[in-house]
Amino acid sequence: MAKGEIVMGALAPHPPHLVYAENPSQNEPVSEGGWEELRWGYERLRKSLADKEFDVIIIHTPHWQTYVGTHFLGVPHFKNLSVDPIFPNLFRYNYDLTVDVELSRSIHDHAAKTGLHVQMMENPDFRIDYGTITSCHLVRPDWDLPIVCISSNRSRNYFSVEVMQANMVKLGQATREAIEASGKRALLLSSNSLSHRHFTEEPEVPEDMSQEHITNHHQYLWDMKMIELMCSGKTREMIDIMPDFTEQTVAETDAGSLTWLMSALDFPEYQGEIHAYGTVIGTGNAIIGWDPASA
Amino acid sequence: MNAAVAGKEASLGEAVADEPTAANSVTLGILVPGLPHPLLCPEKNEGWQRVRDGFATAREQIAASGADLLVVYSTMWPSILGHQFQANPTPEWTHVDDDFHYLGSIPYKFRIDAKFAELAVTKAKARGLHARTVAYHGFPIDTGTVVALKLLNPDNELPATIVSSNIYANRTETTVLGKALRDAVEEQGRTVAAVVVSTLSNRLVTEPMEPADDHIHSLKDDEWNRKFLEYLEKGRLEDLSQLSRQFHDEARVPKVVAFKPFWWWAAFMGQANLYSGTVHAYEPIWGTGSAVVSLEPAGESTGDLEYDEDDPEFYSGDREVLDLHDAPSMGSLPGGNED
Ligand SMILES: [Fe+2]
Repeated sequence: MAKGEIVMGALAPHPPHLVYAENPSQNEPVSEGGWEELRWGYERLRKSLADKEFDVIIIHTPHWQTYVGTHFLGVPHFKNLSVDPIFPNLFRYNYDLTVDVELSRSIHDHAAKTGLHVQMMENPDFRIDYGTITSCHLVRPDWDLPIVCISSNRSRNYFSVEVMQANMVKLGQATREAIEASGKRALLLSSNSLSHRHFTEEPEVPEDMSQEHITNHHQYLWDMKMIELMCSGKTREMIDIMPDFTEQTVAETDAGSLTWLMSALDFPEYQGEIHAYGTVIGTGNAIIGWDPASA
Repeated sequence: MNAAVAGKEASLGEAVADEPTAANSVTLGILVPGLPHPLLCPEKNEGWQRVRDGFATAREQIAASGADLLVVYSTMWPSILGHQFQANPTPEWTHVDDDFHYLGSIPYKFRIDAKFAELAVTKAKARGLHARTVAYHGFPIDTGTVVALKLLNPDNELPATIVSSNIYANRTETTVLGKALRDAVEEQGRTVAAVVVSTLSNRLVTEPMEPADDHIHSLKDDEWNRKFLEYLEKGRLEDLSQLSRQFHDEARVPKVVAFKPFWWWAAFMGQANLYSGTVHAYEPIWGTGSAVVSLEPAGESTGDLEYDEDDPEFYSGDREVLDLHDAPSMGSLPGGNED
């Protein structure tokens, strides 16, 4: 069996607004568009994946929050309705997806060997979180590939960003080892925004783009700093300043997704390709791809 | 008080109470934890069973209280766009907890008072809050609310209203929310049981554990919980409201900006210490301090009130540090704009 590989890793944020704006048949609410810069960014990411062949999408999601260890989907098929608890007016999505349970279990086992607390999620009634659905939909709207979905362990809440990162570095290594052992080709997604202070009110027309901007300049400057490091191959430095960034901008990097991705990619020194930066209800969102072939 | 604030307060009319009192319209307060173990597997741990029994006692108290509505404030339902009120008259789903999915699925069908939810939104807006109803099939009602309603109101004897907990809200916003709900209760002439879904100390055991080994995560958490329960037994609700920040610092993992439920509870029930409290259960559930407690209005106060915090009637939105001159007592900054 050939050694498995990561064909690309991507920062793929999940504001449900972007799915709402696309008006796919699976989503019940109807929009007039909006957030084009980010949606066009996802289009560019999809184009950059067009000549890649891969078997599975592995996603680390901030909206499946677990406190007792890191959990992995362990049921082969899920079909249900996902309603966003914060923006139910925008996101009520009928999903139908498959899970690569074999790879999921293998990452689980590799992670367990590193000392992480891990658990398979085997309840068929479990509802998939809207972050996973949004990022996967925007990257691969056909849903023709199985996914592996990894929960966000909230060690950041219990300890610190540093402890969270130490765990995510282990989880990233375990993910890479399991992929290599599987012989499969995988796309990895870190499903998170950067700065994450929302507005607490929504415009009457949510897609009214005259109302959309970053919550404050401070967040914008931090976002640009992080993007600059990611796009210039200084990902270790980016991880080093992650605790400050996360504290200062209440960033969604607290979930560990981006640290996990950087570790799985072995901290790329090659450039990440930025496809877009834009704000959604005040939060900062970047779409960035890392192609190991460009290393 | 500046003119703008005075005008807003005047527009609230009779909704603004002159003096803190225990509101007769809220005849009972119930605190319950939101973890699924007492519902799904009480037999696995004697303490979980005692919490389950505590729910049963609280259910009897609700029946005896004459309440015609349950108002549930759940710390496990976070919101960002102000506060949300459940307004689907018959939400129905099969719920699975994110962490404790292996304990099983929880099918539910609830009876929601949508009209009350709509009035509560109107009252919240009248007090400057951002609020809206949510009425969508499949809306994810949180584990804590599901557990509370399944155990306190299993046959949907009473209609319920559920209100979210805003992650960014602090004391002012949460206190005003409680008052807004009281406005709605009074306008409809309802008799209400106020249900708070919250653990005391919230630090879970973060490792796999046999149910028999459950324990409060630390002695310090346990001591703070017991101090809180002592106050609760004495009915000192407003005192606890004013101790919330301290409790947040001492016994809570900071997942949100502040420990809010007692601000809401006190504001909704009447900002007083005029209650008699009963602790029906206090046990660890996966490391957290999980208590079932009831508060009933009492004739006399058991503790002197010590008000050292603002008593806001109206929410004027987020303020930056330099917006202090907008606060009623601060006056204008030299050269500041008065708009
Ligand atoms: Fe998110």
